[in-house]
This record gives sequence, C-alpha cells and structure tokens, in this order.
Amino acid sequence: MASDEKSPRLGIGLDIGSTATKLVVLGADGAVSHTDLMPTGFSSVDAAARALASLEAAGFAPGGGARVVATGYGRVAVPYADKVVTEITCHGRGAAHLFGPEGTVIDVGGQDTKVIRLRGGRVAKFAMNDKCAAGTGRFLEVMADRLSVSQEELSALARTGEPTRISSMCTVFAESEVISLVGRGEPRENIAGGVVESVAGRVATLVASAGGSAPYYLTGGLCDNGYVVERLAALLGAPVTTCSEARYAGAIGAALAALDMG
Amino acid sequence: MTDASTPIELPRTFEEFNEQRRQSFLKVKDFKQAGGRLVGYLCSYTPLEVIDAAGASAVGLCGTSDEVIPAAEEVLPANLCPLVKSTYGFAYSQKCPFTHFSDLIVGETTCDGKKKMYELLGELKPTHILHLPQGRSRAHEREGWYQEVVALKEALERLYGIRITDDTLREAARLRNRLRRATLALFELQRAEPPAMSGVELMSTMFAGTFNFDVRAYVESLERLGEQRRAEAEAGGSPVGAGAKRILVTGCPVGGVIGKVGATIERNGGVVVCEDDCGGERTNRFMVDEDAPDILRAIAERYLKINCSVMTPNEDRFVATREMMEKYRVDGVIECVLTACHTFNVEAARMECAVEEAGVPYMKIETDYSSGDLGQLETRIAAFIETL
Ligand code: SF4
Ligand code: SF4
Repeated sequence: MASDEKSPRLGIGLDIGSTATKLVVLGADGAVSHTDLMPTGFSSVDAAARALASLEAAGFAPGGGARVVATGYGRVAVPYADKVVTEITCHGRGAAHLFGPEGTVIDVGGQDTKVIRLRGGRVAKFAMNDKCAAGTGRFLEVMADRLSVSQEELSALARTGEPTRISSMCTVFAESEVISLVGRGEPRENIAGGVVESVAGRVATLVASAGGSAPYYLTGGLCDNGYVVERLAALLGAPVTTCSEARYAGAIGAALAALDMG
Repeated sequence: MTDASTPIELPRTFEEFNEQRRQSFLKVKDFKQAGGRLVGYLCSYTPLEVIDAAGASAVGLCGTSDEVIPAAEEVLPANLCPLVKSTYGFAYSQKCPFTHFSDLIVGETTCDGKKKMYELLGELKPTHILHLPQGRSRAHEREGWYQEVVALKEALERLYGIRITDDTLREAARLRNRLRRATLALFELQRAEPPAMSGVELMSTMFAGTFNFDVRAYVESLERLGEQRRAEAEAGGSPVGAGAKRILVTGCPVGGVIGKVGATIERNGGVVVCEDDCGGERTNRFMVDEDAPDILRAIAERYLKINCSVMTPNEDRFVATREMMEKYRVDGVIECVLTACHTFNVEAARMECAVEEAGVPYMKIETDYSSGDLGQLETRIAAFIETL
C-alpha cells in the first residue's frame, strides 16, 4: 500500500488468538486510539472480517498511512495485513512497552502458554506449551464448567478452600478426576483450589524450564484473575506484575511493528 | 537364508500398491533376480565397507514416513520414536521394497527402542545385531566392537558362501572415503554467503543417498552435483536470499522431517547451512585409515568415533557442533528431537549450554512424522528466526 501523505500515520495491531481476537490502534506518538476485543469463534477468516468492520466503524480503516500487522494463530487469515509477525515477537514487544525492557513475560492464553525472556526490549529466549491444555486458560475453563461455576466464581471459591491435589496433568484425565472428587463429596472450594494450584504449578514449571527470572509480567486472558496471579507469584517466589491492558500485549506489539513500517 | 537362486517373491499386498510403489518393487526384484545382494542397515554405526566387500548393496532402511505407523502400533507401543515405529512398520506391512528384499538386516544395540524393536523385526526378517558399546573410552569397549565387526564379516561370509578379503575391504574403504570427501565438499558449499544451496536440497540429497545400490555411481553423481553447484554459486546464482538467517540443525536424524522442519525454516526467512545429524559433517569427516596394516580394525575404529547421543560420555558431539557453528557462521541452532528419543532429548540440556556459551541462540523442538503439529512448529520456528 502506498503511503498517503495526507492521512495520519497509524499502527494497527490485530492479534487473532484461539479464543479471543484483540485489536489495538496506536497513533504516531504511540498513544492508544482504539481497542476492541471479540471472540474469535470457529473461523479466523471470519474474525479478521469482523475486526475490519470494527476498524471501519471506529474510523480507522486500513490503507493510506495506516499499516496493519497481524499476529496470533490466525495471523495468516488476514487479507488486509501488510505484514505477519509471530505472537512471540509481538507479545514480547507489547510487554516491554507496557512493563519495561528486562524481565520474563508469562502469557497464559486460551490454548497455549508462552514464557518469553526479554533482554533490552527484545525476545532473548522463549518456551511454549502448546501440545496440551494443562497450564492454559482452557484448563480453567473446562474445570469451571465441570464445577458449574464461572471462571471468576472458580477463583473466588479457590481462595477460600484448602487445595485438593489434582494429580493428572492431562485435561481429559483431570476432568474425570474432578468428577470423581465431586462424587466423593470433596468440598467444591477445595477442588477449585486444586484446579488453580494445578494451572499455576504448570505455568511455574514452564517458567523454570525456560530459565525465566524476576521481574515477572503476566499477559493474556488471565491477567484479571487476581487469585491465579497471586498463586503464581507465590510459586515463583517473586511478584507478578500485570494490568488490564496486558491482555492486549500481542496486539500492542503488532501495532508497534506496524508503526515501524512508516 | 536367501541366496541368488531362491525365488524372489513380491509381497501379498503388491496388487494394492500404487504405481510408483509397484515400480520400485519391480526394480528391486529385477536387481535381486539378476543376482544382486541386498543388505539393509539402520544406523550410522553400521560398518558399510564390510557390506560393500561382500559384494552386496547396503541400503538404509530407517523409516521416515508416518504412513505405516498405525500398522506398527498394532505391535509396538505408541510412545516410541517415530523412526523406530516407521522402520518396523515398513517391515510389518511389507511396503518398503528395500526392507522386503533385503537378504539380511543389520542393526546395532543403540537406543532402547531400536534394540528391542529388532527382536520383533527378527521375527519378520533375518537380522544380525551388532553389539555397540555404550562408550569408547575403555579398551575393552573398543576391542569388543572390533570383535563385533569381525562377527558381521563372518556372518556375511556364511550368508553368501564367500570369503571377504583385506583387499576388497581396503578397496571399499577407499571408495567410501572418496564418498565422504565428496559429501564434505558439498556441505562446504554452504559456507558461502549466501550459501550455494537451499538446505532442503542438501537434506534431500543426503537422504536420497541412503537408497543407492552402487556406491561408485553415487560418488560420481555427488561429485558432479558439487561441481555444478559450485559453478552456479561462483556465477552468483545462489537460490537463497541474501538476508536469510543461517541455521544449524542438530539432533536426531532429520530424514523424516525435511518438509516439516527444513522447509519451514526456509519458508520463514532462514536457511539450513549445516545439517548436524549423524548423516552430516560430524560423522562424514571421520575417514578410515585406508593404509592401516589391519584394515578391518581401522574400519571398526572409524565407526566407533561417531558422536551419537546413545554413547556416554558424548562430549565430542558438543565440540563438533561448536566447530560447525563457527565454520558455517551460524546465526542460530535448532535442535530437532524426535518424539520419545530420550538420548537426544536429555543430551539437549547440555547442547543448549554448549551453544549458548558460544553466544549463539538455541531452540529445541520436539516433533514426529505426523502433520498434527505443523502450525505450532511454524510459529516456534518463525518466532525463533525473528529473534535472530
Ligand atoms: S542417531 Fe545415533 S542411533 Fe540413530 S542412526 Fe544415527 S548414529 Fe545410529
Ligand atoms: S532418533 Fe533417538 S529414539 Fe529414535 S531411533 Fe534414533 S536414537 Fe533411537
């Protein structure tokens, strides 16, 4: 796309994750002009089309001085993207922008969990758990369903319980374990506690295997889940910093990459 | 045991095969019918000169396709390395002409999966197992290995009713050394910036070489290819873009993941400049001392030098990889571990340190022959290259 002198320079970042699609528009000065979050649904092509509609409605149509960088697992499904960058690079960059250039980014996504070590604002090393749902948002979702509570309620319950150990790593087995615990009359708050411990424990192990060290930053869908953040910090033995914008970290990183394109 | 006069039968399921597979079965059948001797091997430690000297063609039978894995899993547990499952699956389903028509299959006691699989393979095909020691630093290990090589020679002599002489062994060693030099020369074309070949071409050439019946013809074709690529590169015709990140791939044999790993690297802004598996430079640079007074011992010694993770300790592998990293000026190292390969997977922790100590980024991927993890692999590899 040829750069149009008259239209303002904008960086548009689109992060199509397995669960949610995140959209961020940054002005030339790096200030956030627009954000949107929508479920990805079954088709990333469809999610990309809905994101385009959202951009147009907000007056930020791609083209002219507005460049688009797509990331996330659906990144290749965006016909109007000027460039495609992996979510590792984008999350690293977005987190560095939000929190600082040194540290370890923990991104707990819907289907996968990433640990990214930042050095000088760049990704120095990363590790991913993307083969199984243990230690991901999906695990919490399945277990909350099993206990017939929302994810927020699950955390609230967990806070009051005495965690029961859930020994299965695999989500399918853990689900049957939870069913039998419920059947045995184990208090729900204890089971909820066990579920949170399991997720936090898996994430902490991944952090250790990636050689992560403090300061820790949490991005992705769990950043508003205070209790999970608390347990993770306890297991890591250091504070875990997060904020509500952190779920947009990938899209922010993509938008910054789009601004670079000039 | 087979000799050239026994009838050579096609598998029961021959009629169900596609045209290409039928053709290769018929080709190998013709070779056998004309009196050709065929010996299958499964590992880089197999002393190929001994097979050459028996007047037999040595063909690599390592399975590289997931097509026959469901069949293999009728017998083998699922959580085994895909190479082990695929190798057995081809024998079990009679879908590989080389496996099917081999007079003998030679295996080594390397990793647990292969070692125990050979017992089952032995029920389907005549096998000869060489007892590979677990290390090479002790005198009795070297002597034991030499005795194993002698035993292989004797087994082949019995099988074919022949005598293997020192002269034929020496001649075989000369030819195999020439092949090693031609292979190294081809590898070294990748030192250029940009390299002379795409990594996928290099990897596929190495892989195709394991199916050659005629060593001399293969050496000549490799030498010609080397000349041709050198000339093209000197004329400025590299197929690789100037900015491509230079990747060294180390770990398990990559013959079964050329498309998954090699092509993915090259689609995402990288190029494989060094294939550091057991078919690569770290193995090919070991020559047989062709003038040694005891040629069979010299052959045995050469093979025992190979640095595979089945050995302990295996320090020289790290040293070799560090040398390649410098020689090929690599930007990043990707270690490819086949699912359930414990020896490479465990050794990876030390490889990671060795590579990072040299200031080069390192990433390990674990994969098998299926296509289920293609998307995840693409993300990892692309992200790794973005960080370089
Ligand atoms: S990786 Fe090791 S055990 Fe496997 S074929 Fe190569 S040398 Fe043999
Ligand atoms: S890749 Fe590893 S597990 Fe598989 S056959 Fe070779 S040494 Fe054994």
